Formats: sequence, C-alpha cells, structure tokens
Amino acid sequence: MSTVAERIAASGAGNALELRGVSRLFGALTALADVTLTVRPGERRAVLGSNGAGKTTLLNCMTGDFPPTSGTVRFFSEDVTYLPPHERIRRGLRRTYQISLLFQGLKVRENIYLACRGVSRNRFSFLRTRARDTLMESVADLISLVHLETVADRLVGELAHGQQRQLEIALALAGAPRFILFDEPAAGLSPTERGDLVAILTALPPHIGYIIIEHDMDVALRVVESVTMMHNGRVFKEGAPHEIEADPEVQELYLGGGHG
Amino acid sequence: MALTQTTEPEQFGLEPAQRTTAFARWVAENWLLLLLGLLLLLLPAVAGEFVLTQIVGWSLDLGLIALSLMLLAGYGGMVSLVQMTVASVAGYTLTILGASSITAISLFWPWWVAAPLAIAVAVLFGAFAGILSARTEGIYTIMITLAIAAAFFYLTLQNYAIFNGFNGFTRIPAPKFWGIDWNEAVPLYYLILFFAAVGYLVVFYISRAAFGLALQGVRDNPRRMEAIGYNVTAHRVAAYAFAALIAGVGGILMVWLNHQISPGTAGIQATIYLLVVAVVGGVSHPIGAFVGAFIFVLLRTFALDALIAVGLDGRRFQLLIGIGFLIIMLFSPDGVVGLWRRWAARVRGNGNGERNVS
Repeated sequence: MSTVAERIAASGAGNALELRGVSRLFGALTALADVTLTVRPGERRAVLGSNGAGKTTLLNCMTGDFPPTSGTVRFFSEDVTYLPPHERIRRGLRRTYQISLLFQGLKVRENIYLACRGVSRNRFSFLRTRARDTLMESVADLISLVHLETVADRLVGELAHGQQRQLEIALALAGAPRFILFDEPAAGLSPTERGDLVAILTALPPHIGYIIIEHDMDVALRVVESVTMMHNGRVFKEGAPHEIEADPEVQELYLGGGHG
Repeated sequence: MALTQTTEPEQFGLEPAQRTTAFARWVAENWLLLLLGLLLLLLPAVAGEFVLTQIVGWSLDLGLIALSLMLLAGYGGMVSLVQMTVASVAGYTLTILGASSITAISLFWPWWVAAPLAIAVAVLFGAFAGILSARTEGIYTIMITLAIAAAFFYLTLQNYAIFNGFNGFTRIPAPKFWGIDWNEAVPLYYLILFFAAVGYLVVFYISRAAFGLALQGVRDNPRRMEAIGYNVTAHRVAAYAFAALIAGVGGILMVWLNHQISPGTAGIQATIYLLVVAVVGGVSHPIGAFVGAFIFVLLRTFALDALIAVGLDGRRFQLLIGIGFLIIMLFSPDGVVGLWRRWAARVRGNGNGERNVS
C-alpha cells in the first residue's frame, strides 16, 4: 500500500503544500501576512513561534477551517484555496487540533470508525459495517497504534486527557494520509505519553510528511528535518533544526523568552 | 435495562451452539421490548375500538411522527419544529390527490397513487426545510423551522382553492385492499403498529450504521466532521429528508386514523405538542418518542375527566399537561428514557455491589 502512495509522491506531483502570499485578517487584526511556504512530499517540518505568531491560523488556512483572505494554497499541485475542508481531507490532508475536537457522545471505536469511514466510500450507508469488514481491521489497527485497546468501548467523554490526545492523533491517521498537520499534539501529555507520541511520529511511513506546531522543543526538534519560525503572522526564518537553534535572532526572540 | 440497551457488535462465524447462546443473551437483554411487542400484538383480543384507535393507535402514530424529531434532535442535534408540518404536508397531499367529502378539490386518485406521491412531496418538503436550516445551529434552527411551520399553517388557513381554508377536509377514507377494509379498528391498528415498529427498528438499526454514527458526529462536533472528510451540510439535509419520510408515513396514517385534516393539524400548538412529546419521552433513544406520545395521549384524553372528578374545571386540562411536562423536565432533562436509564443503572449497580460483597 505504501509503495503506491510513494509512487504517487514520487511521480512529480510537485510540492505537498505550497502557500503563496497567504494573508488572513480577522477584522483589523492581521493574523497572517503574506506567507509563502513550500513543503515537499514526505518532508517533516516544525512551525515554531510565540503565542499569536499565526501558527494555528496557518494550519486553518491549509485545511480550509478558515479560508485565507488572500493568496493561494496548493495541495500536491492542486489549487485547494477555496475547497471546503472535507474535500481536502478526501485528497489526503489530515489534521489534529490543539484543543481536542472529538465526538464526546460516541465510543472511542466509533470515533475512529467515523474517521476511517469519512475518507472511504458509503458515508451515507444505512447498513451497519460488519465486524469482518476490512474497514474494521483498520479501526482496530489504529486503536492499537495509539494504545487505546483497553478503553475502545468507552465513551470519549469518560477518557483521561492524555487518552483524548492519543485519540485526536488516531483520527488524523485514518485512511491513507499524504500529509498531516499536527497542532500541539504533546500539549498536556505526560513524559511517557510524549515518548509514545515521538515513537508514533517517527514510525510513520516515509512518504507521509507533516507539519507540527509544538512548544516542547524536545518533541519538536527530534521529529523534524526542517523548521519554520513565525513571528507576528510572518515567516521569520527557515532552516534545519540545528541552524534555527543556533540562530542568535531566534534565540533572542523565542528561545530566550524562558525556553532557553 | 432492555429498552435502552445498544446491541453488541454483530458476531459472525459462530458455532451453532454459540449462536444459541448469543440469541439467548439477545432475548435476555431485550425482554422488555419483546414483551411490549407481544402485548401490542395481542391487544386487539382484549381492547375495544376506542382504546385501539384513539389511545394506542394514536400514540403509535404520534410516536412515529415524534420519532422523526427524535432522529433529528437526538442523533443530529437539530431541533426541527417542522416535523408536524411535514406530516401535515403528506396528509394534505393525500387528501387533495385522493378522496374526501370536498369533491370540488379532491381528485379521487386511487390510494396507491396518492399515498406514495404524498410521501414523495413530504420528503421534498422536508429536504427543502433541511436545506434552509442546515447551515444554522441551535436556536436559529428552531427559529427557521418554526417560521416554515407557521408559514404552512397560515397557508392552509387562508387558502381555500387547494387547502379549503379553515374547514379543511373531512370524511377521508382509509383504503380497502387485500379484501380488508382498513377503516375498521383492528386492521387500522395493525397497520399503524406495523409502520411504528418498522420505523422504530430502522431508526434503532441505523444509529450504529455509518449514516447514523455520522449524524451523531455532526451533533457532537460538526467542525471535526468536516476535518475527517464529511460534508456536514449534505449529511444534515439527508437526515431531514429521511426524517421527512418517517413523518410523511406518520402523516398519512394520521389522516386514515382521524378521517379529517384541517389547519389545526399543522398548527403552532400541534408543533409545540410534538416537541413536548419528543422531549418528555427523551430524544436519546428512539423508544422515547413512543413513550412520550403514550404519556401525552393519556393526559390529553383523561386529564379533562380527571380534573372534573376532583371538582376542578375540566377546561384546565392543558394546565395539567403543562405541569406534567414541567415535573418531568425538572427531574429528568433527558425525559422518561433518561429516568429509566438512571434507574436501571442503579439497579445494576446494586446487583454488582452485592455480588462483589459475596
């Protein structure tokens, strides 16, 4: 399965994500100002920056949660600027949310089932999916990937915070993702859970690229090959993790503020 | 316990012996529902025409219409006040295309043309209401659907050319086929029981199918549904259309049961009553619609006599309905079904506790 996706990725599909001159205004507030950014297929990148730097707005423009005020967004060469989120998801984009957005009234298994069903066919089916269905195998695989077997038949509202974060990640891994946007996946996780998260991220098949927003440098810089620093809605610096860490301006602006 | 139990995941490839135990367990879990079904099937042996049609028959039909609201509100998070209107659209269409005492308007087409067309019109009407309200949430959904309901009510009240205005239609016959006169109490009762049971089972079944789960996903978190690949608006409109199918069938049975339809059938009061029925019963499980309808019909029928019996003015029966509604809401915001669930959980909890001690 992965080889097919790798071939697609390698067949000159261009950049996984390409943002050109993307701006987003909220009234008088400029959340994003003329951001141009390209990410290769399979590339793993961290987006860093202080609160209000525009990181989450950037993800929202990529997924279509909020369309940009101006500029274009391309996903594997296709202009998706004005596509609704569900169309982008069906094309292989995925995301997680900073504050878990889950289906509280459903079981863990049903949450993951919905994510798997959402990127396959028969979304409107009136028939129950049989236990032997291949889709149910993917559901079981995802449950074990994020270590939620013991609570698979519990309601999401009953889960601990860390387990909800794990589920949040599982929802983004459903189907055949080509590119994933992680919005602070480690927020509120225990050290052990952070270890699990790093293991999941580094074990992703190489053709799946991602962007990760993360305040925990131990997590962020261990799982990426490139870094984009944002400041006041603009791209401030781009480079390899060690370059960014060593950059005096970055240290002044970001790492110096209590993170160094 | 049995009524609000969700079924276990389906099991396949079981040995015959295991199948028998799985069946036994299913019976054990659903004994109350099976008992209820058996009672309803045997009711005509003991009950008279009044109880069959005006109490239980009307409860089942009102429950079927309320079921369409339960589907939208309980699973979809959309409180639609248009469901009684959808049922009335089906009823009016059936009457206008079929037979009634108003020969100047009714077209007297056979029932097997008029009834399917009436349901089709109701589904289109429901889908239209869905398109108008699918992009709204919460109180705005209530306002838009209430506006549609009010508009249809005043249309039927003021239009004499098609809807015969204030008078509406009377002497609407139920059909005769298979050598059965469905106007008779017992056949009509079984007809309503059949559709109520089918409606209940279908809604219960789809609650764990892709469509029903996605609807509950839309209720819990529409934004996330978009972000895992669902067209939320399309799902909402589809739910309205399917709910309209249920309400439409309920509307046709309602006309065959009452033999008349008038603006009051689609009135604001009827709209509010349906909401009361669904909420009192509880929208978290399809059985709630029928429980609510039964309670409502009992109050509606006997409150007047009960008030007179204790020396009060019988015209205050609505007050009694209101107080009943208030009491249930006060003690159980999720209706009788919620009350039942908590009670069953307590009984189960005690049982487990005793077993742990011993």
